[in-house]
Amino acid sequence: MFTIVRREEMAEGTVILNEIEAPLIAAKAQPGQFVILKANEDGERIPLTMAETDAEKGTITIIYMVVGRSTALFRDLKVGDGYQDVIGPLGKPTHVEKVGTVVCVGGGTGVAVLHPITRAMKAAGNHVICIIGARTKELLILEEQMRAASHDLRICTDDGSYGREGFVTEELKDILDGGQVDQVVAIGPVPMMKFVSKLTAEYAVPTLVSLNPIMVDGTGMCGGCRVSVGGETRFACVDGPEFDGHQVDYDELMLRLQAYCEDEKACYEDYCRLHDTSTAE
Amino acid sequence: MSVKKKSKAPGRTPMPEQDPEVRRRNFLEVPTGYTPEMAMQEAGRCLQCKKPACVAGCPVSVDIPGFINLLAEGDITAATRNLWSKNALPAVCGRVCPQEIQCEELCILGKKGDPVAIGNLERFCADYEREFGTGELPPKAADTGKRVAVVGSGPSSLTVAGDLVVKGHQVTILEAFHKPGGVLVYGIPEFRLPKEIVAQEVNFIERLGAKVACNQVVGRTVSLDELFEQGYDAIYLGVGAGLPRFLNIPGENYTGILSANEYLTRANLMKAYKFPEVDTPIPIGRDVVVLGAGNVAMDAARTAMRLGADRVRIVYRRSREEMPARLAEIHHAEEEGIEFHLLTAPTRYMGDARGRLTGMTCQQMALGEPDDSGRRRPVVIEGSEFDIDCDLAIVAVGSGANPLLTADTPKLRLNKWGYIDADPESGKTSMRGVWAGGDIVTGAATVILAMGAGRQAADSIHNFLTWGW
Ligand SMILES: Cc1cc2nc3c(=O)[nH]c(=O)nc-3n(C[C@H](O)[C@H](O)[C@H](O)COP(=O)(O)OP(=O)(O)OC[C@H]3O[C@@H](n4cnc5c(N)ncnc54)[C@H](O)[C@@H]3O)c2cc1C
Ligand code: SF4
Ligand code: FES
Repeated sequence: MFTIVRREEMAEGTVILNEIEAPLIAAKAQPGQFVILKANEDGERIPLTMAETDAEKGTITIIYMVVGRSTALFRDLKVGDGYQDVIGPLGKPTHVEKVGTVVCVGGGTGVAVLHPITRAMKAAGNHVICIIGARTKELLILEEQMRAASHDLRICTDDGSYGREGFVTEELKDILDGGQVDQVVAIGPVPMMKFVSKLTAEYAVPTLVSLNPIMVDGTGMCGGCRVSVGGETRFACVDGPEFDGHQVDYDELMLRLQAYCEDEKACYEDYCRLHDTSTAE
Repeated sequence: MSVKKKSKAPGRTPMPEQDPEVRRRNFLEVPTGYTPEMAMQEAGRCLQCKKPACVAGCPVSVDIPGFINLLAEGDITAATRNLWSKNALPAVCGRVCPQEIQCEELCILGKKGDPVAIGNLERFCADYEREFGTGELPPKAADTGKRVAVVGSGPSSLTVAGDLVVKGHQVTILEAFHKPGGVLVYGIPEFRLPKEIVAQEVNFIERLGAKVACNQVVGRTVSLDELFEQGYDAIYLGVGAGLPRFLNIPGENYTGILSANEYLTRANLMKAYKFPEVDTPIPIGRDVVVLGAGNVAMDAARTAMRLGADRVRIVYRRSREEMPARLAEIHHAEEEGIEFHLLTAPTRYMGDARGRLTGMTCQQMALGEPDDSGRRRPVVIEGSEFDIDCDLAIVAVGSGANPLLTADTPKLRLNKWGYIDADPESGKTSMRGVWAGGDIVTGAATVILAMGAGRQAADSIHNFLTWGW
């Protein structure tokens, strides 16, 4: 069992943080990589990108939104409880190098995934500007951590309850108009990544996105996670999860994320909310 | 099977099976097993040939007349021991070996009538011993203090682990999935190989002293170099051929198109056929098309039928003779109402505005000149396109080498298809202290060939641990 040593609730209890004992994974994990977790014998294998790893303590941290059957099950786990299975680290680490100015754009729980990448970008000597967004103030997560991880933090909320009123893309456009940007990293709901990529393509700024398709094994043996990138089929779990944002077929990804949403059964409805891509929280 | 029985010997004893009408909607095992009387009757048919042809047909040279003789004498424990001396997983092989092209093909009785049901007898002995036997463990050599890491937990790895632990070495199995067994747990369905049997086989190896560590993706969680640093003296790679092949035709990313690996993993490993009792969903097709005609395709088609499909079609580009599946599986599939559309190949998939599969365009094929494999090459009949409707397509057109581990291990020499280059006799790879065998060396093959490779490698590893590389 992989024991939970710390548990926090964020964004009014809709987002949960679990710090989990997983020394082998913690020792090897790098920013951008993910794990697959399974709560119990009959549980589903759920991929989540790591928000934090501590090799010395031997722990990894995941931050997830409670949106469906499996994450509701995860939510019920207390400190001292654990996951039956945690597999990782999976996927390719983020390619981090000094390029100049990097803008990191995060939405929803994507901010959690963006955090270690932001820190690594800063440590590599880049000037790092961060934009984080949420529907409303209460749903914003990791503000302080992101402030510390970057040189300049901008905040956007859809309803204007905090920071700039509007989408992260508007803030990004101002930054792109205002000066040289060498790279953008965008992690969040699929529509957000789609529109960020569309914008940065106009400015020809290289853009990295992290994709979260449906997965089973996470090791390249099922093909359930296939995404079209530059017209070619790639397996997100082994070829990604990060890809060139300008090459990704986001519309296909959104449709594929809804593979289990049509069934009338209530449980499928739950599942579907987990992958609901229509709200850019 | 042939009916012209000229020999005086009675015909082959059929194994009782669930009625096709019933079993096509349940996941219980199809053949229900011999009773002891049936087994004795069948064992009595064996002529005890002085020069048994059947043995040559078995890739691991099971002493077929030997175990059958012990069985006929009523000593089932001794018969099972005899089987174990060559084959660590008789309960599995009795169920899944393609006997009709191995041992049973060469059985002398087959020349005039039906061959001895060797697979059925093998299964009977192993099942009987598992249920009624003493569970006594074979003798084990003293601890050698040598440590072996066995990567993967399919039949090949289980064989290596079992052999080496008995020889006194400390063995740890490292498996990427959360459950050990390889294809035996994630691929082959419950109705053909009950998972309880696989679990007991793994448990047997654990009781012998091997450790099983799941959730270990070698190449990610730990590298081969790190395993050596941790003090392992030898490593065996039995990671299978788990990379799913797709057809790479337009529309293949519509939802409703799954690799057989994904479909079967959901159904078997994740037990999605019990959804919503378990948490993993599986797409339920009404009108299902399975592409391919091997064991994997049969398993996928029969699973789809059991999940409630109205219609299940196998679409295959060659003819009946070339279908690679075991005869018994094809026969069972037909009995269960699976339709076969042969000499048919899809050219593209169709979908609706929501990206869901609605059908595919196929073309008719004819058989041309033989290709490299000696099978006649299918050639397109021009202008023969036609459309078929379907809401679920399962792609079972073969698999390749998963590069995850090998890409992390540049020192490991691969062949041009990405499989690991290993010595066919010993299983030695280009890396000192590293062996490989099973599907990751040969490409997708059979359980018994993977086990045979495991046994050879285990002997070689034992020599290395005793005498050096
Ligand atoms: C659906 C299906 C039906 C089949 N039916 C038959 C049949 O009827 N008769 C027959 O003889 N053969 C059949 N086969 C073929 C047979 O199952 C295989 O040839 C055999 O299982 C190969 O054994 P293996 O030990 O080489 O590998 P596998 O059984 O494939 O096991 C490999 C294991 O290694 C693990 N692994 C992979 N990569 C890593 C890694 N990096 N780190 C750790 N672990 C890893 C995998 O998770 C897996 O558990 C079938 C195959 C399938 C898929
Ligand atoms: S292992 Fe397979 S080939 Fe060998 S005797 Fe048994 S059924 Fe026949
Ligand atoms: S999750 Fe199965 S191949 Fe990526």
